[in-house]
Amino acid sequence: MSSWTPTAPRPAPASTVGFVAWTRANLFANKLDTALTLLAFTLVVYVVEAIFGWAIIDASFTGDDRTACLKEVQGACWPFIEAKFGQFIYGRYPDAERWRVDLVFLSGLIGLIPMLMPNVGFKRANMIYLLGFYPIFAFIMLNGGMLGLATVDTTDWGGLLVTLVVAITGIVASLPLGILLALGRRSDLPIVRALCIGFIEIFRGVPLITVLFMASVMLPLFLPDGVNFDKLVRCLIGVALFSSAYMAEVVRGGLQAIPKGQYEAAAALGLGYWKTTRLIILPQALKLVIPGIVNTFIGLFKDTTLVLIVGLFDLLGIVQLHFTDASWATPETHITGYVFAGAVFWLFCFAMSRYSIFMENHLSTDRTSS
Amino acid sequence: MSDPVIRINKMNKWFGNFHVLRDIDLNVASGEKIVICGPSGSGKSTLIRCINRLETHQEGEIEVEGVTLDGSLKNLEEIRSNVGMVFQQFNLFPHMTVLENCTLSPIWVQQKSQAEAEKLARELLERVRIPDQAGKYPGQLSGGQQQRVAIARALCMNPRIMLFDEPTSALDPEMIKEVLDVLVELANEGMTMLCVTHEMGFARQVADRVIFMDEGEIVEENAPEAFFSNPENERTQLFLSQVLTH
Repeated sequence: MSSWTPTAPRPAPASTVGFVAWTRANLFANKLDTALTLLAFTLVVYVVEAIFGWAIIDASFTGDDRTACLKEVQGACWPFIEAKFGQFIYGRYPDAERWRVDLVFLSGLIGLIPMLMPNVGFKRANMIYLLGFYPIFAFIMLNGGMLGLATVDTTDWGGLLVTLVVAITGIVASLPLGILLALGRRSDLPIVRALCIGFIEIFRGVPLITVLFMASVMLPLFLPDGVNFDKLVRCLIGVALFSSAYMAEVVRGGLQAIPKGQYEAAAALGLGYWKTTRLIILPQALKLVIPGIVNTFIGLFKDTTLVLIVGLFDLLGIVQLHFTDASWATPETHITGYVFAGAVFWLFCFAMSRYSIFMENHLSTDRTSS
Repeated sequence: MSDPVIRINKMNKWFGNFHVLRDIDLNVASGEKIVICGPSGSGKSTLIRCINRLETHQEGEIEVEGVTLDGSLKNLEEIRSNVGMVFQQFNLFPHMTVLENCTLSPIWVQQKSQAEAEKLARELLERVRIPDQAGKYPGQLSGGQQQRVAIARALCMNPRIMLFDEPTSALDPEMIKEVLDVLVELANEGMTMLCVTHEMGFARQVADRVIFMDEGEIVEENAPEAFFSNPENERTQLFLSQVLTH
């Protein structure tokens, strides 16, 4: 009987791996490829040069008023941003009290950063800190009126502060609400299902502006005299309900992707509905729809700019408000302000996007080695 | 026969208007091994799925260890904790490691401590001969290994009855044996087993009784020797001639 020895593996030919091979295969495979590569390269150089020229070379960096930004060839007017930076971050929050906002930002980061890092422990304690302690602390600090802190009316809040308060509240509220709505929509109980479908379809079928208008203009008309919620609070509720309807549909997509066998295996092991949902179904379903969830978060973050419509000044709103300042009226003020606001929004959204990709990879269990 | 652990009496089931199970009568004694075979669509999987109520029957009675399967959640809980099940498609939880798959039910249903559950799980993984895979995810294992994890996971509930729904049908030929070896071992230890399978060699080796189903009915049941060498029913003969000629 002859015995068989497997052939030893050999490395791939040198011409198919490495940098040169990659460039040849991906950039210069044939004449058309080469032409497209060169064209794209020229375009990138042109755009980068234009941006670089405007933002750095022709830009003004110092100055106290509009005269700093009236050169012959004028790029960005950065002194405008510098002069108004405080306003853009805090709005009309009193100067003397701004440390309270800083403290709220800082204490939020202290909880959030370790929460986002999967390898750092104390997740349960951190969760209690972030969802239990922090909102109360942030409310007391920002709003004041107790513990010897002066009251700062929400009409004086503005800028990035309002953007973050609306966005974070919306994000934190919409995920659990959306999950409950998605579960309700798939429930066997007809009344629960009907209510969830009704809620989702109404909020999804209405523009956010309408919801915000309803919350800030119509709602007070229906409330008895003397009962009045803060306008910001009404907006927060409106935004949270609106985005939870979207979130519900995203989560439902994930729930539908879970094979029936998973439910059956859980049932056969004696797990009831809530344990099955919490331990088996949701961890898998949510992982599947991370891109969709983050997409909704990003949409929500940018939609916060709509609170301008009911008279709240978020980051973009307050930037626009300061265009009217005569001492900074230059041809480049508008564009500089918009670029700044855009860059801040982009930074937050891009961070969320990168984090979602990181989490997708981290949670992937089909890697071939552990 | 001593007092049966499973008693099925005149059980009927419909999917919509389709009559899948018709007047099923079946008693299973403690420690008995039953192999159920039959053509696809004959209702054999549905029958064993009715025993732990993954499917609900509409007429007749099912009693498992004296507990009646009706709508009662309390009864259902009791039955499910006594009955383990292994599926054709394994149905492991892909987001959990092998060890977590096994400790899930002991921890969350039987309220065992983490340490106790892990000890039990490691013992059972040893028994199905994959103790070194405990930290891996199901997606990193071969089909045969996954099915053995699924068996260990079911055994972790310490069930008195095990249901197997075509446990080797989704496996490559080289992996069928490793799963069957585990099943044979389990059978030799005296577990009460109901197994839907087309592995006739396995049926011959371990079964106390072979049941042949077609069109939602039990056509014939007999001891394996008699069943294979001398089937009484014409339909059984035809089926056997088709499975055994290859």
